[in-house]
Amino acid sequence: MRPLAITSYTVTSAVGAGRDAHIGALRAERTGLGEQRFEDSTLACWIGAVAGIESVALPRALARFDCRNNRLAERALAQDDFLGTVAAARERYGARRIGVFIGTSTSGVRQTELAYRERAAASHENLPDWFDYRTTQCTYSIAEFTRQRLGLQGLASAISAACASSAKVFASAARAIEAGFCDAAVVGGVDSLCLTTLYGFNALQLVSPDICRPADAQRRGLSIGEAGGFALLERAPASGVPACLGVGESSDAHHMSQPRPDGSIAKVAMARALGALPPERISYINLHGTATPANDAAEDAAVNSLFGARVPCSSTKGWTGHTLGAAGIVEAAISLLAIEHGFMPRSLNTRALDPDIHAAVLLEARSARVEYVLSNSFGFGGTNCSVLFGAAP
Amino acid sequence: MSRWFIRSVGIAAPGLAGWHASRGILRGEVPYAAVAETPYAPALLPPNERRRATASVRQAFRAAEDAVNVAGVDARELASVFASSDADMAVLHRICAALAQTSRAISPTDFHNSVHNAASGYWSIAMQNTALTTTLSAFDASFTAGLLEAAALVDAQRDVLLVVYDAVAPPPLQAKRPLALPAGVAVVLSARAGSAPLGQIAIAASDAPESSCANPALEALRMANPALRALPLFELLAAQRAATVNLRGSGDACVALSYAP
Repeated sequence: MRPLAITSYTVTSAVGAGRDAHIGALRAERTGLGEQRFEDSTLACWIGAVAGIESVALPRALARFDCRNNRLAERALAQDDFLGTVAAARERYGARRIGVFIGTSTSGVRQTELAYRERAAASHENLPDWFDYRTTQCTYSIAEFTRQRLGLQGLASAISAACASSAKVFASAARAIEAGFCDAAVVGGVDSLCLTTLYGFNALQLVSPDICRPADAQRRGLSIGEAGGFALLERAPASGVPACLGVGESSDAHHMSQPRPDGSIAKVAMARALGALPPERISYINLHGTATPANDAAEDAAVNSLFGARVPCSSTKGWTGHTLGAAGIVEAAISLLAIEHGFMPRSLNTRALDPDIHAAVLLEARSARVEYVLSNSFGFGGTNCSVLFGAAP
Repeated sequence: MSRWFIRSVGIAAPGLAGWHASRGILRGEVPYAAVAETPYAPALLPPNERRRATASVRQAFRAAEDAVNVAGVDARELASVFASSDADMAVLHRICAALAQTSRAISPTDFHNSVHNAASGYWSIAMQNTALTTTLSAFDASFTAGLLEAAALVDAQRDVLLVVYDAVAPPPLQAKRPLALPAGVAVVLSARAGSAPLGQIAIAASDAPESSCANPALEALRMANPALRALPLFELLAAQRAATVNLRGSGDACVALSYAP
């Protein structure tokens, strides 16, 4: 693909709001995860909650979109002058020529959970009047909220491919720009805490009772987090500016909720993202690294077969938790911060590396020039996506 | 690219049982009759996955298999786009109803089926197809958004299967998202003229009003399910008649599809 400039980007997670909060927490090795309960959850586990979501107010004209997920989007959009940068781009391109591609896995499902809880408590047949399907629960709600919030009038889609959703937005946006359907694109991802994912992953025995420990010999599963992030992509970047240089996608065609153990198809996605760039040119790999035993092993097999044990890599889910449909954009932001600051974060919470993991997992942070970063995201349904970031040629 | 070639299409809805059986209805030669869809299990899925496939996955498979059969396409060669407004609302209902009870016991199968990309995941397993597939939602504009995604994905080496589908929600969700019937449509797009007996389309932004179906029965179907917003285009395909239709896009504007046989 042709390189796309990343004119602006922002991220909000349990670590904090905005880019400075994230590079600060990465350097200080300060996790956003806490051993706490989400609302009335009874599960004993660690979660990555964004503080203060409850008090976020949406603009009055968009009040019908009010739900936890869109509040998180509102909070994230307000950071790092993202609103201002998009407003300026809107003036340049016109509101119809900027596409919107937002990844989510569960959108506003928390609102539906609350509606069902109220229905059960009242022993009603119907859901309460306040419940608005289209503007909250519907997968598309987050893309439509973002489009309207940014005053855009072009094409908009919610890309929903489980935990690869907001990595795949880079691919969809790049193709739409290449096809001439838009001149620029806002990409992003937002997923928020809810009982569906907490109890759902728990039912699959994938939630760790301990804090998540990616690549650790004693890892016991993931810690769920919530996050939102956005980036503005434009064509024909000036040489040297931060850019998305490649995206690779593939399908495991193996199992709905388990990765192909040998990682052979995930490797195809990584190789496609690299394109003509030799693997040894990659400075750092931000792993998907959910800290479940099977996921980390399969990803390691894929990384190893393409890169050997040469390229430093780490999962940053020890800071943010697994933010599911937002993981791609969160880790895109971390990849761009790594390039900007010459800083490779270590695998946080990893005490003793699993002896069966052979990739060069960073147990200590490293400061060095970071030229190219590959970011991996994989999801249910066997969906694989890798994105390459670096300076535009 | 400015033109896309249509290699195949498929359709599955009550009274529209496959492309071959539906062409006469879409041309206005045969009256539409609302016949419930016959029971169906995707023959291409391994037994485990077949047992677990939900109503919306089956709806997607019906349309996708029809498109594959119509043109004798080898589905293992195709990249794919799956577009659905709502994914599986029966699964959503069971999960949210379970979470409203004190035990909060969610079925693990329901949870993995709750992802929006369930149909695309099952499809890749059924076809042993490791090509890229993507899944999106754009509420009632899901056909248009899916078509744009698929068109952008087509290149000289890669034909693309687009599948657009939605099942009907159970009560009480049905009152909040009232789709009148289940439906799915599928289109195989190609950059190569030679392989596309059904004609070609050009795609452009448009300020014209949304097209409707002149036939009242088809117009009711068009409004009954997001997948059937494709019907104005499918009418042209069935009649092999050159014309332009405007489909509502996901933003404020329409998208004009200019069809030529």
